Amino acid sequence: MYPLAPSLLYDVTFYLFGLIAIVSAITFVTRRSPVSAALWLVNTMFCLAALYVLLDAPFIGAIQVLVYAGAIMVVFVFVVMLLNLGREPQVADRRHRLRLAGGAAVALALVALLSSAQHGAPLAAEAWSRDSVAIIQHAEGAVAPIARPLFTSYLLAFEVTSVLLLVAVVGAVVVGRRRGDEGPIRAA
Amino acid sequence: MLPESLAISAILFAIGVVGVLTRRNVIIVFMSVELMLNAVNLTFVAFSREYGFAGQVFVVLVMTVAAAEAAVGLAIVIANFRHRHTVDLQAIDLLKG
Repeated sequence: MYPLAPSLLYDVTFYLFGLIAIVSAITFVTRRSPVSAALWLVNTMFCLAALYVLLDAPFIGAIQVLVYAGAIMVVFVFVVMLLNLGREPQVADRRHRLRLAGGAAVALALVALLSSAQHGAPLAAEAWSRDSVAIIQHAEGAVAPIARPLFTSYLLAFEVTSVLLLVAVVGAVVVGRRRGDEGPIRAA
Repeated sequence: MLPESLAISAILFAIGVVGVLTRRNVIIVFMSVELMLNAVNLTFVAFSREYGFAGQVFVVLVMTVAAAEAAVGLAIVIANFRHRHTVDLQAIDLLKG
């Protein structure tokens, strides 16, 4: 399987998944129902997982499906259904149209800025060819080359992230807990 | 595939920014932030193919931070919904100066 040889099939697959990801993201941001927006975002994340596999990162693709599409988005859908949110009411006042125009302008400016950044000088890379990642993964498997730097060079970042998760869990419980004087959740 | 990946990433990030700026539903705004994090992850993976595995390591860390952010953010949304019975960002203005 590795390295994925450059071929027409590879290019077509890559562009196809990229296109589906972008179209799904646009559909996501324009839906008024939160549940359908969440499902379109899940679709985007699946396409990103496919792109990760095509970019020689199969482990990242797997945890993208497991963690993002499987866990984080389920929590989002869970909250949407817990709060019993329906479709947003249609608003067509001038302020709303102004917001949409401003958002579109910011998006175009951002895409222009980010694509102009691509033409900068390349980073100084040591002898590392395009197939190195694929060759190492072929020799050692997909997980070991990620785990080794994670638990050596980036051990501090890893530990800080662990503490962050602990803080987030405690914080979520404290913030989300119901106090005695509050009633149960009611639909809006 | 590096320029193509960066282009897809830039477009996805911009769509996420549009979601944050234009949507009124706080949960959809949160999901747009997740989309922006995903776009950055795509950049990390694309560069990791050129410069080594550090990019993939950071994708793992970014995913962890995204999970933590989603947990705390949704807890805040639920706590706020108990008081105000809305997820409309226009109505959540208690800290507005």
